[in-house]
Amino acid sequence: MIVAPALQVEHLSVEFRTRSGIVKALDNVSFAVGKGETLALVGESGSGKSVTAYAIMGILDPAGRVTGGKAMLGALDLLHATPDEIGKVRGREIAMIFQNPRTALNPIRPVGRQIADVLLRHADVTRREAPARAIELLRAVGITDPARRAKAYPFEMSGGMCQRVMIAIALAAKPSLLIADEPTTGLDVTTQAVIMDLIGELAAEIGMATIFITHDLALAAQRAKHIAVMHAGHVVELAETQEMFAHPRHPYTAELIAATPDTAASLDQLASIPGSLPDLRRADLPPCRYSERCPRKLASCDQPLPVMPPENPHTVACWNPL
Amino acid sequence: MTTTLLDITELAKRFPAGKPAGPIARLRKRFAGGPEKLPQVYAVDDVSFTIAQGETVGLVGESGCGKSTLVRVLTRLLDPTDGGIKLGARELSHTPARRFARDQDRKRIQMVFQDAGESVNPRFTAFEAIADPLRRLRGLSGTNLRHKVEEAASRCGLPLELLTRFPHQLSGGQRARVGIARAVAVEPDLLVLDEPTAALDVSVQVVILQLLQRLKRELGMSYLFVSHDLSVVRLLCDRVLVMYLGKIVESGPARAVFDHPLHPYTQALVAAVPSINEHGHTRLRLTGEPRSPIDPDPNVCRFYGRCPNGVDRCKTEMPALRSFPGGREAACHFAELTAQ
Ligand SMILES: Nc1ncnc2c1ncn2[C@@H]1O[C@H](COP(=O)(O)OP(=O)(O)OP(=O)(O)O)[C@@H](O)[C@H]1O
Ligand SMILES: Nc1ncnc2c1ncn2[C@@H]1O[C@H](COP(=O)(O)OP(=O)(O)OP(=O)(O)O)[C@@H](O)[C@H]1O
Ligand SMILES: [Mg+2]
Ligand SMILES: [Mg+2]
Repeated sequence: MIVAPALQVEHLSVEFRTRSGIVKALDNVSFAVGKGETLALVGESGSGKSVTAYAIMGILDPAGRVTGGKAMLGALDLLHATPDEIGKVRGREIAMIFQNPRTALNPIRPVGRQIADVLLRHADVTRREAPARAIELLRAVGITDPARRAKAYPFEMSGGMCQRVMIAIALAAKPSLLIADEPTTGLDVTTQAVIMDLIGELAAEIGMATIFITHDLALAAQRAKHIAVMHAGHVVELAETQEMFAHPRHPYTAELIAATPDTAASLDQLASIPGSLPDLRRADLPPCRYSERCPRKLASCDQPLPVMPPENPHTVACWNPL
Repeated sequence: MTTTLLDITELAKRFPAGKPAGPIARLRKRFAGGPEKLPQVYAVDDVSFTIAQGETVGLVGESGCGKSTLVRVLTRLLDPTDGGIKLGARELSHTPARRFARDQDRKRIQMVFQDAGESVNPRFTAFEAIADPLRRLRGLSGTNLRHKVEEAASRCGLPLELLTRFPHQLSGGQRARVGIARAVAVEPDLLVLDEPTAALDVSVQVVILQLLQRLKRELGMSYLFVSHDLSVVRLLCDRVLVMYLGKIVESGPARAVFDHPLHPYTQALVAAVPSINEHGHTRLRLTGEPRSPIDPDPNVCRFYGRCPNGVDRCKTEMPALRSFPGGREAACHFAELTAQ
């Protein structure tokens, strides 16, 4: 349990309108992140990790709607704050690293300028200091020849370099909450280590809390204090990292760990998780959205999911856990 | 006997670094004598390798080392500055990228882009995105087309109900699968994948990797597979190329290279891979300033400055890529010592 959370998300639900029906993307999502701590959000593609991040940031697609819950940043409920209140914290108090860096950057502005813009807007940096600080930040994210690279446009940089510019922008204002959506997927492991160290340093220095969205369980194991596992819009398991890997309790978590190529000797040995996410538009979604692909399903799985008391150190939304 | 499908010789790609000087500065330079020489990024520098029919070759290396540039040049989306690209018997390097887009051999090379968002037209539904190359390159239409699109989608683990969605209505991994389905559907001879699994969760990743392996068996497809995930490269690839700042510094059978790397960069890379079983453990770091890819000194090893073994010789003589037993190559003055 987290004593003084930097962010507390409770019962968050989100829906999208589409031409072919309502997508129930998030249902009753709850978790908390402590000051200076990292919570990893893992789970299958399409399970709602990015939507969770967008909801907290207040940048859902116009077709999306928060249908319930709250997200408390200190005393401010981000989900029900006025645009004015949100505008004050976004970029300064909370910052986000997007999954898609190239589209998140301005294509017609040199990257050094883009970082300087953020510094001017959100950090107490003067117009004269800004360019040098921007170069410093580029160096910190491991860009070689930063003074020259500051003048480059995004199209002149590699995928991983754009990603690191995005990271520099997010960290520029030293936010108290960082939402990092797969910040290092485009990076080789040595550069990845540089970035994760940098995030770790800021966490230690200013108590920045981090929501770390990733598919890389090994990286989550190495860097996060807690892990929340998502499946089809639900948080199905939440525990301290070591505990989660030592004793996964939700059948889905166990499958996820078994599908990691980390230790496998050959491709045929790897098992994909049977079945796929249920169609989230269905009116008859079962209470446990994993039940239709679950090898441990019981008759009792059709009743509403057990509540996950927030004071438990290891919670699991399952009637027949491991 | 293996037949060579792709033969790359001494390939180079350089980009101008920074904007050309303004007209006044240009005039001034002209009068100062000599032609104007802009600084250049040596993105790909003297790279040679081959891919055999039915072979899977991995390409790994640091962010910004030139992997995407290399694959964009060899798929003929970019024109090389220098060097040869032979596909089967045909030399492709002289065909300008613009013309190759309508070439009959276009369908023989397909590419899955690093950034799934970039390659998928935002106004195309997932169905249209997969159908488009099938229409253009394979001339399919009607029920044949629909059938082929659905087959490709389900092969890639993309639920058919998502086919009517637009890119912004899909998650990152769902978009990535559209990008893969689109390239696979054409059934090219060579499929180049630039980090195809980066946005995928492990379970979908397994589906894609096993699909690639099956297509290779069934259709004899060849792959060039760019990835940062060394465990995936080890499982999928017959051979691996390791790049550092525009150059290939090591190559060989994937397992041998990762188990006993000969080049110090490969050693550092392998050592940095996190593992599920070591919580909170931080590994050895490369220290020192990386060299700039802009107008690099041709006589200095590109890894000098960060290399733990660097000596004076490394800054006066660029190590050549040399052969080692077991089909391996490495470019380090100390590779013979390491190999023993
Ligand atoms: N604008 C939208 N309209 C309809 N459905 C949407 C929209 N945006 C997201 N979704 C759906 O919501 C679900 C959750 O998407 P989200 O992007 O959060 O997944 P994710 O967990 O981040 O996956 P990934 O790991 O692939 O990025 C997906 O099934 C997705 O298709
Ligand atoms: N259009 C361009 N103009 C100028 N420089 C470029 C251009 N495209 C690429 N570069 C430079 O070429 C180098 C190699 O970039 P490339 O995209 O090939 O790297 P990469 O190995 O794919 O990296 P990543 O793993 O980060 O995707 C980089 O220094 C980059 O800045
Ligand atoms: Mg996402
Ligand atoms: Mg790239």
